Amino acid sequence: MKTLRQRMVPYWLLGPGLVWLALFFVLPMYFMGELSLKTGSLADGYQLTWATQNYTDAISQYSTQFVRAFYYAGTATIICLLIGYPLAYAIAFKAGRWKNLMLFAVVAPFFTTYLIRTIAWKTILQDSSPVVGFLKFVHLIPQDGRVLATSGAVIAGLTYNFLPFMVLPLYASLERLDVRLLEASKDLYASTRTTFFKVTVPLTMPGIIAGILLTFIPAAGDYVNSTFLGGTSQAMIGNVIQSKYLVINDYPTAAALSFTLLVIILAALMLYIKFAGTEALMGEDEEPA
Amino acid sequence: MKAWTWLREHAVLFTGILVIFYMLAPIAIIALFSFNDPVGRFNFEWAGFTTQYWQHPFAVTELTDSLLVSIRLAFMTAIGATILGTLIAIALVRYQFLGRRAANLLIVIPMATPEVVIGASLLSMFLVYGAKLGFGTLLIAHIMFSISFVVVVVRSRLIGFDRRLEEASADLGASAFTTFRTITLPLIAPGVASAAMLSFALSIDDFVISNFNAGSEVTFPLYIFGANQRGIPVEVNVIATMLFTVTIIAMLAVIIQQRRAEKMAEKREEEATSSVASLPA
Repeated sequence: MKTLRQRMVPYWLLGPGLVWLALFFVLPMYFMGELSLKTGSLADGYQLTWATQNYTDAISQYSTQFVRAFYYAGTATIICLLIGYPLAYAIAFKAGRWKNLMLFAVVAPFFTTYLIRTIAWKTILQDSSPVVGFLKFVHLIPQDGRVLATSGAVIAGLTYNFLPFMVLPLYASLERLDVRLLEASKDLYASTRTTFFKVTVPLTMPGIIAGILLTFIPAAGDYVNSTFLGGTSQAMIGNVIQSKYLVINDYPTAAALSFTLLVIILAALMLYIKFAGTEALMGEDEEPA
Repeated sequence: MKAWTWLREHAVLFTGILVIFYMLAPIAIIALFSFNDPVGRFNFEWAGFTTQYWQHPFAVTELTDSLLVSIRLAFMTAIGATILGTLIAIALVRYQFLGRRAANLLIVIPMATPEVVIGASLLSMFLVYGAKLGFGTLLIAHIMFSISFVVVVVRSRLIGFDRRLEEASADLGASAFTTFRTITLPLIAPGVASAAMLSFALSIDDFVISNFNAGSEVTFPLYIFGANQRGIPVEVNVIATMLFTVTIIAMLAVIIQQRRAEKMAEKREEEATSSVASLPA
């Protein structure tokens, strides 16, 4: 029988960190929810009036930016998966002695500042750059066309910036894959393609889903790529929240939009955790004996 | 035909290498444009080679000040988040307790929440309390979003830990605290160190959450965001290239050091077994 003092030890260890998260993550969500139901102005102060029309107004007014954010983030996520899977596969099975170097190259972008990386894409995609010249030459874009300030540029930026978040969980699950299962499939006369779709993909599904979540969620709330690479007609919901909070100071509308985004993302996340647990996002959770 | 088979066999590897080039292209551009001699305020078009900005990388005082603010903030964030996160990780791996699922959720959800929502909610709270935005609010926010990442890193180190070492220490009469200080801490130290480095990197790179909670304080990313309107000085490219190079050298040093340590351990083990084998029966 453990003494009370011994049983309290884990709570003492958890305490400071979890209190910090409760005070500065959970509590702010409550205040944001409350702010979203208030009316008033910055000059006269805000009163809680349970103004649910803040939500209906905000959503109907900015539905375009919501849809655009999910469309951009969704497209970027799909492209990340399509180019990230071969990359993760190559690193896990084909790279041999180059494995560490390739893994390093995947995380290398993290060693330069996010904003500077995005601005580098502005340099690459600016109107007179060789890349745009080439795209014109092969008639992928019209002769008087441009890449900057288009949806394509924003999606390309999102894809670039969030690709490592797709590759790393994919690599982790491919690395754990038991190669003998692939050999068994081959021994039973499955073609390379059948083996891939019936064995490899299902077994790496946790990595695929974790990668999709880790790419889609930050991309959907992002406003850096649309600010630097897009024009005014590429504004995402993050841009609206940012300018409502920091430029226009229309706090209730901003809070309502931000809360709506949170609820949509959390709903998707909870659905995922219900089926897969927290393991895929933070590693296996073994209860100590 | 043979060429085709060869190409098919290596297709995955080629795709991989192509993607790697894609990942590194912007970094090469950043480094290249640190040697540019731009015409006008904007550093987007190649105009000519110069090393003048490398000779005085800290000439723009606003930029240097913002960098110092960022380094100070990242340093304090790393200390705070590493302590809080390591304690949580120890509790999660070592103890059974009620409410473990809730604790896990509280750690995972911040990592999966869009930054704009975290920034906006913190600002909402600071507005209600009338808190003065600045270095303090930035530190609160940065520690908050770093804790979860520290927990994940340290926990993975603790899971692969041989607990018999601690039992042996206890059997030899060491107190719980002595065991922790002399056995546990040194063994998980690499995990704790990489967690600290990760939170330092997360903090120094954060833009979105800082954008909401900085008040008039200017960090390095916030300086770049502000300067974007009036043209980003070439010094930004120089400093970014310097930071990148320094980080890579530091990482390589750590890797080489680890390899050497592993080899030494192997050698020692070999010697131990051979000396046991040569003992007279």
